[in-house]
Amino acid sequence: MKNNSKDCALLTNIKHPFLENFSERFLIAASENARELEFNVNEIIFSRGERAEKFYLVMEGKIGLEIDAPDHPSVRVHTVDSNRVMGWSWLVPPYKWTVTARALKKTRVIALDAFVLHRYFKLHPEDGYLFCLRLLPVIAERLDETRLQLINLYDRYGD
Amino acid sequence: MIGMVIKMSNINQLFESDKNRENPHLPLPFIVEDRFQETPDTVSLTLVPENPGKIFTFSPGQFNMLYVFGVGECAISISGNAMNTQRLIHTVRSVGKISNALTNLKPGDTIGVRGPFGNGWPFAEARGKDLIIVAGGLGLAPLRPMIYEVLSHRDLYRRVEIVYGARTPRDLLYKEELQVWRKSSEIRLQVTVDIGDREWYGDIGMVTSRIPDIKFDPSNSIAFICGPEIMMHSVAEMLELRGLQSNNVYFSMERNMKCGMGQCGHCQFGPYFVCRDGPVFPYSKLEKFMSVKEV
Amino acid sequence: MRPENIQIGKKLILQRSDFSKLFIVLKDLGYTIIGPTIHNNAIVYDKLNSFEDLPIGITDVQGPGYYRLEKRGDQSFFGYNVGPQSWKKYIYPSHEKLWSAYRSKNGITFQEEKIDSTKYAFLGLRACDISAMALLDKVFIGQYTNQSYYKRRINSLYIAVHCGQAGNTCFCSSMGTGPRITNGYDILLTEILKSNEHKFLLEIGTDKGVTVASGLPLEVASEEDIMESEKIISRTISMMGRSINIENIHDILLNNINSDIWNHISQRCLSCTNCTMVCPTCFCSTTEEFSSLNGEIAEKWIRWDSCFNSAFTQLGKTSVRKSPVSRYRQWLMHKLVYWYDQFSTMGCVGCGRCITWCPVGIDLTEVVENIRNYQNSSKKIEEVIR
Repeated sequence: MKNNSKDCALLTNIKHPFLENFSERFLIAASENARELEFNVNEIIFSRGERAEKFYLVMEGKIGLEIDAPDHPSVRVHTVDSNRVMGWSWLVPPYKWTVTARALKKTRVIALDAFVLHRYFKLHPEDGYLFCLRLLPVIAERLDETRLQLINLYDRYGD
Repeated sequence: MIGMVIKMSNINQLFESDKNRENPHLPLPFIVEDRFQETPDTVSLTLVPENPGKIFTFSPGQFNMLYVFGVGECAISISGNAMNTQRLIHTVRSVGKISNALTNLKPGDTIGVRGPFGNGWPFAEARGKDLIIVAGGLGLAPLRPMIYEVLSHRDLYRRVEIVYGARTPRDLLYKEELQVWRKSSEIRLQVTVDIGDREWYGDIGMVTSRIPDIKFDPSNSIAFICGPEIMMHSVAEMLELRGLQSNNVYFSMERNMKCGMGQCGHCQFGPYFVCRDGPVFPYSKLEKFMSVKEV
Repeated sequence: MRPENIQIGKKLILQRSDFSKLFIVLKDLGYTIIGPTIHNNAIVYDKLNSFEDLPIGITDVQGPGYYRLEKRGDQSFFGYNVGPQSWKKYIYPSHEKLWSAYRSKNGITFQEEKIDSTKYAFLGLRACDISAMALLDKVFIGQYTNQSYYKRRINSLYIAVHCGQAGNTCFCSSMGTGPRITNGYDILLTEILKSNEHKFLLEIGTDKGVTVASGLPLEVASEEDIMESEKIISRTISMMGRSINIENIHDILLNNINSDIWNHISQRCLSCTNCTMVCPTCFCSTTEEFSSLNGEIAEKWIRWDSCFNSAFTQLGKTSVRKSPVSRYRQWLMHKLVYWYDQFSTMGCVGCGRCITWCPVGIDLTEVVENIRNYQNSSKKIEEVIR
């Protein structure tokens, strides 16, 4: 994993669909402690159970979300592509990751600092509102998809 | 209309053509030449007619009624190459008594075949257009003949986008062919699974999650979709949101079939006999019935 | 009788006293005569040996879920309407073998079943029955022809009878399928019964009819006879027990397919399948397999089925039409809406059997009217349902 730190206005220098229409003030503030990170194939970005302190913008590559248990084979339940976002457990108690994120291809992400975001949104709730409106559809889509995965459409016969 | 007038022909006039004398209930014997285990519960059977001189022609999307001696008959889509008239391929998933018997056949066994029945994919209409093919699970079986058709006549179609999803990597059909198609520059194939494992480095998610990635010109495209009804419906909605008209989106529907020829009544979906007016329908015809429960 | 009078289109008279000669002629021509006869307190269609097997002097009294036979007080041969059976059991048997398959180490041989070659003469077909057969022709003859149906149809002889009375559940005139018969018969009879005479107006429809009529002692019908038969038909029309307004019914039912009204109007349906069994145009079937214990011979049979059966739309572990209400809706929509899309004609002939034989007395004509009224008004469903 290579760690390239850039100057504080990182977010003003990149393009990502999630950041569209956010104010310059937010982009500058959210760039504090933001890191651009690179992962090789199979490297782990975060593990289930660890403290969730980052919000990820996926710039390039593909990330697989897995769940592992001692008595169950590892199952990969979702993939996240470039131009998507990942990680909202930092907004939800107990603030721990619920899946393990592993790079399936050479992947580049930008990790935003959860504490920075929390602090900023408390001062500027209108940006917080915008952020939530942007994030909720991602979660809703994930929930809908998960439900369909659950009912196992392909096995509608059973026996 | 007040009152109803039944146009009754003179009884003796009705029964003239020779076509009337063929018995559509009688199967033809075919021999299993090859059996290939595609997934834990799905098998592809290669059949040859017992009468070697007989050729069998079909259109991609059509199906046969396959009969297993002493067990029964069920409707199975033809999944082979329509240009190969010597061999018939069917991909069967074991979900009931008859399909289970089909998956247990061995090379050398004889079965009965009736067909082909139904309409096929309207590929003549796809000429000169962007073609979108979306398959979920066993839905790839009736679409494979269509993919063969495209690859054999590639310049008749513009951009070709294929999306295929299965439950797990183990459940993918035609695994070797998928590898070849993934590498082909003639078509763009995306494969996704609902649940992956440590060996799967491809996409994970429902088929619908791949649709935002496909590129097509909505004013000049056609889509052929086959899979669980919920999936087909969601995909059609997503394509419609991007400007593709519902009369350019085609589904292959499935219903309980006993005769395959519109006479037993089982497969009716609204006014349509799925075996005879389908199984391929434009979404524009189905839309008003898909929102009605238990129709 | 001069031979030039025994022709298609001519109107002739057969006296009641000569009616037995019809049976003799038919038997000589090799026909097995099937006609109405009384069995278990109902008028059914079975083999007739002589005209005495007919329900002479009997009539039926019908209503929703109600059927009784009564004496008329006269000696008419055809003074009743239709019973629990339709003629479809003879041209489309309820249970029939399609083929046998023989398995050996060389493979499988399929052998078609020989079709019953009995020549049936159907005596007593009503307008609704004739219409129903014409509708079944559209289902079974065409791109795929059911060989058994086809052969039974062309080998049979059709002697139709004009109804001299209409029953309480009859509505053929508003369906446009009767009571007048204009086509589909070899011979057509209209029974004329007055205090001083009993005879039948006889019309010939086909060459087969000419052959039969040539063996009968017939006279040319008088103007009076013809007028009398017209009066009879008019009287039947005026007595029609029910009526149905089918104007625009295709679109009205289709537009209300999702409406809550279906729950109200069909909540008492038991899914007993009586209506589909007695209906002369219901054609749904299923197939059955049988095999010998040694595994060498297998048989494929076809059997009547009903869309009211819970497994009718089975798909794997579940059914598409799970609720009885959805199945009632399917039956009605098919009969009056989808039949039209499929065969360019509605599937109902107005015989009223489904009304009479429904154990809870659901009346198709009433159901249609309820939906029409509901559609036309802004009232609540409860206010609209009779």
